[in-house]
This record gives sequence, structure tokens and C-alpha cells, in this order.
Amino acid sequence: MSEDLSAILQEQVARALTDATDVATLRALETGAFPQAAWDALEPLGLALALVPEEAGGAGLSLEDAAGLFLLLGQHAAPLPLAEGMGAALLLAAAGLPVPEGVLTFAAAGEAVPWGRHAAHVVLVDGGRVSLHPAGIATPGENIGREPRDALAPGPALEEGALPARFGAEARGLTALIRSAQMAGALQAALALAVDYANTRVQFGRPIGRFQAIQQQLALFAAEAAAASVAARSAARAADRRGLADAGFEIGCAKITAGEAAGTCAAIAHQVFAAIGVTEEHALHHLTRRLWSWREEGGTERFWAQRIGAAAQARGGAALWPDITARDEEFLI
Amino acid sequence: MEGLRFTLRDTPPEAAALRARVRDFLDEAGRDWTPEVRARSWMGFDRAFSRAVGAEGWIGMGWPTAYGGHARSAMERLVVLEEMLAAGAPVGAHWIGDRQSGPLILRLGTEEQRRRILPGIASGALAFCIGLSEPDSGSDLASLRTKAERVPGGWRLNGRKIWTTFGHLCDYMIALVRTSPAPEGAAKHKGLSQLLVDLRSSGITIRPIRELTGDATFNEITFDDVLLPEDALIGREGAGWAQATSELAFERSGPDRILSSYPLLAEGVTALAGDTAAAEPLGREVARLWTLRRMSLAVAGMLEDGEDPLRQAALVKDLGNSFEQALPGNLRRLIDTDAMPEGMRRMHAYLTMLATTFSLRGGTREIMRGIIAKELGLR
Ligand SMILES: Cc1cc2nc3c(=O)[nH]c(=O)nc-3n(C[C@H](O)[C@H](O)[C@H](O)COP(=O)(O)OP(=O)(O)OC[C@H]3O[C@@H](n4cnc5c(N)ncnc54)[C@H](O)[C@@H]3O)c2cc1C
Repeated sequence: MSEDLSAILQEQVARALTDATDVATLRALETGAFPQAAWDALEPLGLALALVPEEAGGAGLSLEDAAGLFLLLGQHAAPLPLAEGMGAALLLAAAGLPVPEGVLTFAAAGEAVPWGRHAAHVVLVDGGRVSLHPAGIATPGENIGREPRDALAPGPALEEGALPARFGAEARGLTALIRSAQMAGALQAALALAVDYANTRVQFGRPIGRFQAIQQQLALFAAEAAAASVAARSAARAADRRGLADAGFEIGCAKITAGEAAGTCAAIAHQVFAAIGVTEEHALHHLTRRLWSWREEGGTERFWAQRIGAAAQARGGAALWPDITARDEEFLI
Repeated sequence: MEGLRFTLRDTPPEAAALRARVRDFLDEAGRDWTPEVRARSWMGFDRAFSRAVGAEGWIGMGWPTAYGGHARSAMERLVVLEEMLAAGAPVGAHWIGDRQSGPLILRLGTEEQRRRILPGIASGALAFCIGLSEPDSGSDLASLRTKAERVPGGWRLNGRKIWTTFGHLCDYMIALVRTSPAPEGAAKHKGLSQLLVDLRSSGITIRPIRELTGDATFNEITFDDVLLPEDALIGREGAGWAQATSELAFERSGPDRILSSYPLLAEGVTALAGDTAAAEPLGREVARLWTLRRMSLAVAGMLEDGEDPLRQAALVKDLGNSFEQALPGNLRRLIDTDAMPEGMRRMHAYLTMLATTFSLRGGTREIMRGIIAKELGLR
């Protein structure tokens, strides 16, 4: 997809999310209702096939561009299973399988399925095999974002195929990339809320944003949020070039960076809002509970750091810097 | 928050070959560097080394060839810089000239100044220092009092600069001084100018200040009726504040705000080979390093595209400083200092002392965060 078209899509999705979703959407969602009106507003934009290659009838969006969309979804606290649908379609197309209509999601076989109860179909990834199933009966579960994370008893496979080597054998990398970008978006949204509040909440006769203690904390917040965004987008770029499997290092770094930022910044946001920020009525917790949840999905910071650290140890200190720089450059030669 | 946007950038295709050449050069040049030399990184001063780097064409890389430069891209230059720092090379004798003073003279100097000064910086022969801070003017730099008055044939300089890194070893200082009193009620940023000070001029007293590391890298420099020629002025009289602050994006976002303690991380990874408990914390350091490098590359790209990423630079400096500063402490959680191999232990000891300065030099953490807060619209 051309840069222009991608920018237009980005803008359309941003507008549709702003128009069709709000805090009420999130509240309803968190009590089990599917946001059908929002889905009907967003579905015509064609995100379902965005990541499917043009040869296979999709839009051929790059993962870097897709990361921009995941980020947008994160800004809105991911009110719809659009990232999951895009990821599932990417997996199906990679295995040469057709993409069905309707709500679609994906998961590693045996793991909780995001949005499972609302999905028509689920894509399961198991040791390099991809299969498409009717979603079947869901046993509801949720993360602390109160997002549906269900146990499914899916129907028999409708389609089956193998993932090419560049996708690797697991769904974890794709989930990690999506959640990293979503966290970056949620961080931006939480920052905007906190800055706005700091400029309006008055104590001791002035906006609390005039107090340096608040300013310094929000500056750190902004820095961590920027780091998460740069990391997630860079990881997506690496995945475009090297394939998801070979971008495991970058994706892991992005997941660690975003996950650490999520912890640091959610704490700052709540400190700035103080009591009002922990109320059910306030919008902040829809973002912060998701930040805490998304850290856990697609591999925690601990999981990825363990992997990256062990690989670095095995290679030795002398190889550390050359390895980091070569990852950017070797594909260019 | 437009000022906090980052546009991704990669190193260019030419980078890999250039990188390989720099590495070969550093392998050879660095054979005898002690752990302390590597720990000092850009706080190490070695004229012979700088001349060798200049001979390779790796100083003033982006400048026109007419001034001794090499007309290479900003990203190629970045490749050289980060390789130097990753190796812990003692780049201090050419660092400031290459990073700040040279680009300033190229941008705002007269043709005569460019021809006289730039080739010397590019060859590694001329060393520059930064004359900003004064005893009573640190973060509040615009309150500075060193002043230059016009006299027949030039300027008369009086006052005092402090914390001038390598002032005692350098050839020139670019000093920010007051050339006219700030107008009543107006911002004190007015009336400041940048002057090129030949440090061999008479009336200059340079007193090295010993630091807690045991080294004496910075200095107090007193100007007592120092006479400077007319063409000591760089750029426009009275525009010194704007000129000096426009250098800051270059000063603050570079790899020197991320990699100051990198050689210790490499030592740590080697020393902790096979220690499964250390894998996770080491992985976090590596991830942070990777992210910071991506941010720094983005700022370099934005600079190359002619944008003015001053706020992004402050942000990268803040995060980068925190990373490089925390590293010695984070490593000693993983391995007792007694158990560190000799080279690592010495590097760790030195960096434990030096790291305190990382969030001070080039503008403190609090000032960086103030810049970001302002961009956020918090007043
Ligand atoms: C190793 C090293 C090398 C240096 N090299 C040079 C050099 O070559 N040339 C040069 O000109 N200078 C140099 N400096 C000086 C450096 O730029 C100053 O140290 C720095 O700008 C801070 O000034 P200060 O030390 O006077 O501290 P101060 O400005 O007095 O600050 C003291 C403390 O107060 C805080 N503070 C001050 N103002 C505010 C505010 N508005 N809000 C919140 N907190 C505030 C600071 O953050 C800091 O924590 C060097 C410093 C070091 C440590």
C-alpha cells in the first residue's frame, strides 16, 4: 500500500474511532456487550484485510503502518477486536488460507482467546501450523482490563496450513508487537488526560501543573511514552524487513520497553489524578487497566528480557554492539 | 505536543562498510587502552589519537571539502561516533570541535574564520572547549556576567568561566559572554554574544579543578583584560543566546548521551556468561540500549532533514543519561565487585564515580524535564 493511502486509512480510522467509541462503549464492553454500532462504523474501512498481501486480495499494509493503527486503537483503549482480526488475517494469508468474514481473532493453541466469545472464527497457531475454526462455545474469562479473554471449545478446523519460516512457529511475536503498539497508544492517551487535568485542577490557588514535582513526573511520562512508541514502530519495521521470526529481538525489546513504560506511567498518571482517578466514573482506568493487562500478553518483560539476555550472554560481550548494529544493516548489503 | 514526535530513521547502506573500517582502526588503536581509558570515553583526551582519527577523515565528516571536511552524510558521521564510544575511545580532544564548535563556525562564521579554523579541527590538530557555565550561572545560564567590551581593534574580555572541560588542554574556547547590558525589563537573553577565544592570549589564567575521580578534566578560567581581535565575534553580536541554544539539539541527542558506560555493559555480559539469573536483568539493559539508539537515530535523521528537534533531544538526553548512569549500579546487583574480572572491576570503579556527572553535564535532568514539561503545555 502506498504511503498516501496508508495515511488516509490512518486518518479515517482515527476519525471513526473518535466518532463511534467513547467511555460508554468501554463500560458496555467491560460488562460483556459487543460494541456493535462501533463495529458497524469501523468495519467498512476494510481493516480486516489490511495486512493481507495485495496478491491475495488484501491491502498489503506494512506492519510499520499497521503499528500506527494498533497505536490508534490503543489510544482508544482498543474498543474493538480490530488488531486481533488484522493479525489473524495476516496469519491465514501467510499460510495461503482464505480470510472469512465477520469477527475474527487469533491465539496460540491452548491459550485464552482475546474476544473469543464475540468472534465468529478463531485462528489457532500451534508449532508453525495455522488452523481456522468456528469459534464454538466460550467459557468467559477476562484480564484486569476486563477485556474478553475466553477459553474456547472451537469447532473442527475449516482450513489448515503451515506458516512460512519467516513467521516462526508461534503467535507470541505477533501478539507482542500488537500489544506493544497498543500500549504506546494508551500511554499517549493517558498522558494527554493527565496533562489536561494538571492544567485545570487547582490547588493552593494554582493549577497543579505549575508545581515542578508534577511537571517533572509528567516529563518522565512523556519520555517513556515516546520510547514505547519509537520501540514499537521500529520493531514493526524490523518485522517488515526480516520477517516476524527474525525480528524477535526487536519485538522483544519493544515489548520490554512498552511494558516498563506502562508500569512507570500508569503510576504517574494515577498520582497526578489522585482520588478522582481511581473512581469507576473516571475514564483513566480504562487505559491504565489495559496497560497493566497488555504487559502480560504476548510475553511479559521478564519473558523477553530472559530470552534477549540469554542470547547476549551466549554471544559474549564483544558481540553485543556488533550484533545490535548488524541487525539494522546486514539486510542492506 | 508536536515537539515530541519522532520520525524513524535507519543508518544508510554505506554504514556497514564504514563501520567495519572504523572497527578495524579501533582494534589497532585501542590495543593498549586501560579499563580507565575506556571508562572515561569522551572524557578522555589524547591528541595523537585525535590526529589519527582526523587522518582517517572522520572529523568534520559532514563539512565541505574546502574547509577540510569530507562532505559525508550526518548518518555516516553518527556511525563513526557510535563506534568510537562503543569502543571507549578517548575522543575528547576532537569531540567538542566536531560536535559543536566546528558546525557553529561553519554555519555562522565568516569565510576567513572557516578557512582559518575548520581544517585544523578536521585534522584533529585543534581542540575546542565550551565556555558557558560561570560560578554564579549554571542552569540559569542567561544570568552570566563575563563581559566583552568593544575597544579599538577588537574586544576586551573580563570575567570567569568554570567547569570548562579540557580548558587547560585546548587551543580555543567558544565563550558565551555579555556584550551589552540587557535592556531594562527585557529578557536577560538579550545582549549575549559568542566569541572565539584563543586560550594562549595574555590575561587568561587557567586553573584545573580536581574531581572526585582523581582526574582534573575541568577548569576555572579567568579573563583579566584579555584583548581579542575584531573577528573573534562569531555570528551576530547580541544573537549569542539563540546561536548557543540552536547547537543544543546536536549536543544533547547524540550517542554520547547513551553510550557513556557502554563498555562496562559489554564487560558485564562477558563476565556473567552462563549466569542464568543474570539473563533477565541483562536483557532489560540491552532492550533499553536498543530503544535509546533507535530514538537517537530518529533525532539525527530529523536534524539531517533540517527539522529542529530540540525537545526530542532533551527527552533522549534525559532517558539516555538515566540509562548510562544506572548501569554501574545495576551491574553490581548481578555480580559482587570482588568477583568481577580485573578489567571490569576497574571500569566499574571508575564509572561508579563518573556516572554522577551524566545527568549534569550538558544540562541537568531537571532542566531537561523542564523543557519537556513546557512542550507538554504545563506552565
Ligand atoms: C563533568 C562536567 C563537565 C562539564 N563541562 C562543561 C563545559 O565544558 N563547559 C561548560 O560551560 N559547562 C560545563 N559543565 C557545567 C554544566 O553545564 C553545569 O554543571 C550544569 O549546567 C548545571 O549547573 P550547576 O552545576 O551550576 O548547577 P545549578 O544550576 O546550580 O543546579 C543545582 C541543582 O539545582 C537544580 N536546578 C537548577 N535550576 C532549576 C530549576 N529551574 N528547576 C529545577 N531544578 C533546578 C539543578 O537541576 C541541579 O540539580 C560541566 C559539568 C560537569 C559535571
